[in-house]
Amino acid sequence: MKLTGAEILCESLTRLGVKHIFGYPGGAILPVYDALGKSKLHHVLVRHEQGATHMADGYARASGEVGCAMATSGPGATNMVTGIATAMLDSSPVVCITGQVSSKVLGSDAFQEIDITGITMPITKHNVVVTRAEDIARAVREAFLIAASGRPGPVLVDITKDAQQASCEFDWNASAPKLPPKRQRINYDQAEFDRAVELLNSAKRPLILAGHGIIVSGAMKAFEQFVRAGNYPVAMTLLGIGCFPAKDPLNLGMMGMHGEAWVNNAIQESDLLIAVGMRFDDRVTGDLRTYAKNARKIHIEIDRAEINKNVPVDAALIGDAREVLEKLSPHIETRDHGVWLRHIQESKGDSAVRDIQSLPDNGHLYAAHVINDIWKETRGEAIVVTDVGQHQMWEAQYYHHNLPRTLITSGGLGTMGFALPAAIGAKFARPDAEVWVVVGDGGFQMTMSELATIVQEKINIKIAIINNGFLGMVRQWQEFFYDKRYVATPLVAPDFAALANAFGIRGERIATRAEVIPCIRAARQSKETVLIDFRVEQEDSVYPMVAAGASLHDMIRRPDSPLVETATEP
Amino acid sequence: MQTLVAYVENKPGVLNRVSSLARRLAINIDSLTVGPTENEEIARMTIVAHTDEKGAHRLEASLEKLVDVLLAENISNRSILERDLALIKVLADQKNRPHLMELIKVFRARVVDVAPESLILEVSGTVDKIDGLLEVLRPFGVLEMARTGRIAMTRGGDLLRPPAADEPEVSAIPETRAGTMVSN
Repeated sequence: MKLTGAEILCESLTRLGVKHIFGYPGGAILPVYDALGKSKLHHVLVRHEQGATHMADGYARASGEVGCAMATSGPGATNMVTGIATAMLDSSPVVCITGQVSSKVLGSDAFQEIDITGITMPITKHNVVVTRAEDIARAVREAFLIAASGRPGPVLVDITKDAQQASCEFDWNASAPKLPPKRQRINYDQAEFDRAVELLNSAKRPLILAGHGIIVSGAMKAFEQFVRAGNYPVAMTLLGIGCFPAKDPLNLGMMGMHGEAWVNNAIQESDLLIAVGMRFDDRVTGDLRTYAKNARKIHIEIDRAEINKNVPVDAALIGDAREVLEKLSPHIETRDHGVWLRHIQESKGDSAVRDIQSLPDNGHLYAAHVINDIWKETRGEAIVVTDVGQHQMWEAQYYHHNLPRTLITSGGLGTMGFALPAAIGAKFARPDAEVWVVVGDGGFQMTMSELATIVQEKINIKIAIINNGFLGMVRQWQEFFYDKRYVATPLVAPDFAALANAFGIRGERIATRAEVIPCIRAARQSKETVLIDFRVEQEDSVYPMVAAGASLHDMIRRPDSPLVETATEP
Repeated sequence: MQTLVAYVENKPGVLNRVSSLARRLAINIDSLTVGPTENEEIARMTIVAHTDEKGAHRLEASLEKLVDVLLAENISNRSILERDLALIKVLADQKNRPHLMELIKVFRARVVDVAPESLILEVSGTVDKIDGLLEVLRPFGVLEMARTGRIAMTRGGDLLRPPAADEPEVSAIPETRAGTMVSN
């Protein structure tokens, strides 16, 4: 069967299981769009190519499948860069397809020509230029394979226009991936495994550091068995949230810069850290010289390059989290950590989750109220997609996730503008799920043009703008570390409700606590997208906070007012 | 200084990926040599990097993550043979030429070009040996020099060969459909 390169691309994507492509057309990708129109693939027209990559990323994170984004050459491709880097830093399987000028003019600075494979080399797992129709099917199959395997990540396939237009014989079977042979390393030897078991069975104060890798590997069941086998308390990274139910008493909550105080203190007091699918990012370790000094460390991690990168470990079990945990669990003999668990429980006393429910209504609306109410009203079952900043940390503290893939957030790169497009992608991945966007007034203004995409695609998501009139997290740093010199952080915003209306979306503005729950309820009942502009306290800060580079136990605590800390269970 | 050997796909852009990776990891490369192997689709690199053992581990593991890298190995702690080759153009007039020839003999260098006022010497060996020769040539006047950078090989039965597709220990990643939902 003779097909054009463009048709081969669409046919290959279909056979690879792709249903939705998030993209934006242009000259160098037009042949593909022509073929797309004749295929069964659903194309989502975005308003900016950054949005396309975030949507593909959100799709991938919500589903565990590969997300697919498409753009034309030149500016179309360069606009994807931030989204690709976001996916890279958070190990998200995304395949980006870009058009490229004809191979005959490659290198001549032709109109809309840019070396996108050169640009994206350090922010992709792999990328490739395809100049022949015959090579398209294999390149795309290899891209999907690379994106999804091992530690996932983004792959970019740059296809010249002449390759899209040329015709050739299409043979799916003959175009199977043919990646270079790799030597299989021995992931760990028996001695390493025995050392880990020995550490596990001799620890008095063990603590699990649970990361994104557990969710990526689909290891939730194996992880739970492991936790139960050793009766281990669990601390989560931001991206690890959802790998283990928040309601489980062994789940302590989030660690790190804005982790709960008892979690960070437990890490510092622990004698054995069991790191699973996490990479000791500086935001979770604080000062490395003082980090968990009395703890031995076991690192379960698929990426060999992460071993001993930031924190030297005593036993490294390199491999898929699920496989390693399944092997380890039967060897665990010691599970009596009563003294240690009681100690952690007691240390919650002075610093537990702020019980904002019991606070009298003093006329102020706090972001934490809003997020906590969204959690209660959605019974913790919604997919929440956040942006980056204060609201992101409050979400992690006040929305208690019991299910994996229900918190979608840019952790590693910290990309503002991520939330709205990523939520659109998540909605396509899980059309039956309730999807909430929690976003600041700053980040929302970065990608709010995607409201038009929502309307054009007729999808139903709920948007909660946590509007404090500041670039809140930066303002908080200015308050703490720059003597309240608020340079470039006060932020003028449009009337978001009116803006939503202009797009044809229902918009609400809420400024008092009493209105919050009725408004959330009404929004949930609507079958269409609703945007709510929550006017919250302007100069509230996220507590506790470990200043960048400070020791993990050296936390800035919330002053007594305006919110009181009292001990309650989430 | 750490020495790594890598087998890579012999195609455009791979050198860029390797050197760009070192740059991203903030590792300064002292020398990097690339040459073909007996299999024309595979090239062999010797990378000498200004870093410690930890940095070398990171470089090695990160190199192996590149799709086009078949194998990367830090051989710094193994018994290895290292060679560097240099062409040195040195000032040689009638007066000092005999003295120069004696030195060349001692260092087992070869004269590969003779001109009225200069010679080109070819010398291969360890970096120390070539540096040593340079040291004694300097007073004569070194006009120009070209060095290949190091190539290295492990000694004896310690083989470092590129993995072939049909070897059992070579991994084959199963092709996953994009449409397989990862649940629990």
